[in-house]
Amino acid sequence: MKFKLTFWKVIFLVIMGLGMYSTFIRYFYGLGAVSNMTDQFPWGLWIGFDCLCGVMLAAGGFCIVGAVYLFNVERLHSVVRPAVLTAFLGYLLFIVGLLFDLGRPWYIWHQLIYMNPHSVMFEVGMCVMAYTTVLFFEFLPNVFERFNLQAPIKWIKKIYPVLIIAGILLSTLHQSSLGSLYLIMPSKLHPFWYTPALPFLFFGSAIAVGLAMTIFESTQSAKAFGRHLELPVLVELGGALLVALWVNALLRFEDYFHRGLLGQIIKPSYEAYFLWLELALAFVIPITMLSFKKVRLSPGGLYLASVFTVLGFITNRLNIALIGFETYVGHHYLPKWTEFSVTLMIIAMGFVLFGLAVKYLPIFPEERHALSQRLRTETAPVVATPVLGHAGD
Amino acid sequence: MSKALLYDATMCIGCKQCEGACAQQNKLPYDDKVAAESIQSAHKYTVVLTKDDKFMRRLCMHCEKPACASVCPVGAFHKTKEGPVVYDVWKCIGCRYCMVACAFAQPKYEWQSLNPRVRKCIMCPDRVVAGKQTACAEICPTGATKFGERDDLIKEAQDRIRQNPSTYLPRIYGLNEVGGTSVFILSGVKVEEYGYPASAKIGDTPIPEYTGRVMERIPDFIPVWTLVLGGIYWVSHRREEVAAAEADEKNGSAR
Repeated sequence: MKFKLTFWKVIFLVIMGLGMYSTFIRYFYGLGAVSNMTDQFPWGLWIGFDCLCGVMLAAGGFCIVGAVYLFNVERLHSVVRPAVLTAFLGYLLFIVGLLFDLGRPWYIWHQLIYMNPHSVMFEVGMCVMAYTTVLFFEFLPNVFERFNLQAPIKWIKKIYPVLIIAGILLSTLHQSSLGSLYLIMPSKLHPFWYTPALPFLFFGSAIAVGLAMTIFESTQSAKAFGRHLELPVLVELGGALLVALWVNALLRFEDYFHRGLLGQIIKPSYEAYFLWLELALAFVIPITMLSFKKVRLSPGGLYLASVFTVLGFITNRLNIALIGFETYVGHHYLPKWTEFSVTLMIIAMGFVLFGLAVKYLPIFPEERHALSQRLRTETAPVVATPVLGHAGD
Repeated sequence: MSKALLYDATMCIGCKQCEGACAQQNKLPYDDKVAAESIQSAHKYTVVLTKDDKFMRRLCMHCEKPACASVCPVGAFHKTKEGPVVYDVWKCIGCRYCMVACAFAQPKYEWQSLNPRVRKCIMCPDRVVAGKQTACAEICPTGATKFGERDDLIKEAQDRIRQNPSTYLPRIYGLNEVGGTSVFILSGVKVEEYGYPASAKIGDTPIPEYTGRVMERIPDFIPVWTLVLGGIYWVSHRREEVAAAEADEKNGSAR
């Protein structure tokens, strides 16, 4: 096994090193030492990005599973596995992020015994727990196939309809409830972002970002692993993304229109600048791009449009979680570098785990094909060795 | 019957004895340095603020429908029938949703601790249950902080305003705010000047209702949505089954 030090590996090691240092500070010196959170700003970057954005970025799982298994859109079958993988990793990392942010993470299991059904946080917690379990079962066939275990695959196939429906139900509930979390703060959150429509907006943005993330990760892994890019699938996803963006844009417009804010949002102000940034990235740029057939049919154009969409909705959620409270609090919140480094470490872990999973498990169609051929020609016990022989290449 | 506190800013002399009594009651450090701190924190549940020659006290309002209790995923907060909103540190997982949800920004956090707790005025529940006054009311030399039955205190506050309309602004802060609280403020100046949220801003609707409207739909939403999803699944897969069966039939008849 040869270990080659590449540019990205160095970056990864630096991020992990700094992240470990911040982790040490977090657990040995407390939240006050590791973050710029205060009594005035009790929720910071970790809630804003790791939780709100993390769950949104993992929405591809339920979007694609819904399209393929619920609506029987067979054409998208090849992206089901990567989407489920992204979702599964996304939720695991969300839980990792939570272990940093919670003040007393060692009591996280209290959620299961001291239930408060009036709490939105309780609902989100239970749904996330249940959905991560569902994703685990949706992910398991990859592992069984890898080791050529036919019997358990059959069991999972039998319960698949239940898994699919449960997964979509749970996703609908907690993706929208993340928005409902903020309904409790009408006097604190800036009116640009506080709206009774928050649960709908969060659900809508989850679908748009779920589609965009699927385009993003398909293109990205095609580049990284030298796979053949399935353009028809991306084109299909791009079309769906355009529709989802229009629906989201209309929802936002309706919301501002009904609350009589259209005049205010075009007037320059601190909040307006951030709102414009969000609207430009999430709607104006990707919708304009995708409206051109040329862009919609080119892998590069689709990739770029999906990146803008993802960045736009990340800006949207950070605005809700951070910028929207600054006027109420009366001062700015800028995360400490240690907060950034923990978030970066979690993102880096996501990329690496995705890479490892793609390498060792039959996630992509060709790999699946090649692997099953290999499995057929060789006897089961020997299989593991040649594949693991390439580890770390 | 539910108890409450009435704080009359016009009677307050700014002696800060309530701060000291509160610290002692809750086993918190209190010295000249803490006394000089003009913000509430994990080690200072109540504070007497000074502006010009006037004083104002801040403390947890002990809402009738507390937001902290409704948002806590593990139910670490609850409103007792005697009036205090109390906290069970054992249940707490440290999500700090109570802090962002409270309209009065009362829950504070032990940011430096490795096993942090949420801290706020809990209205001396042990004393209240035992039939005693809160520590702050007991020590107050002028009666600016008065402990009593909630209904009686409302009447008394209304009487004071009626008898001295020139001294007081004609409002009892806490009577209707967020659906009513168990701490009432009487004052000759606007309480907003001391950091209390404006009545118009927080409104008279109990804060838990904002999420309650959504949460109460969920028990209905789950079965309906499951049926819809199941229906879609059935229809879209039924089509396949029918097609397969028809193909089989054709093959069968051809043979």
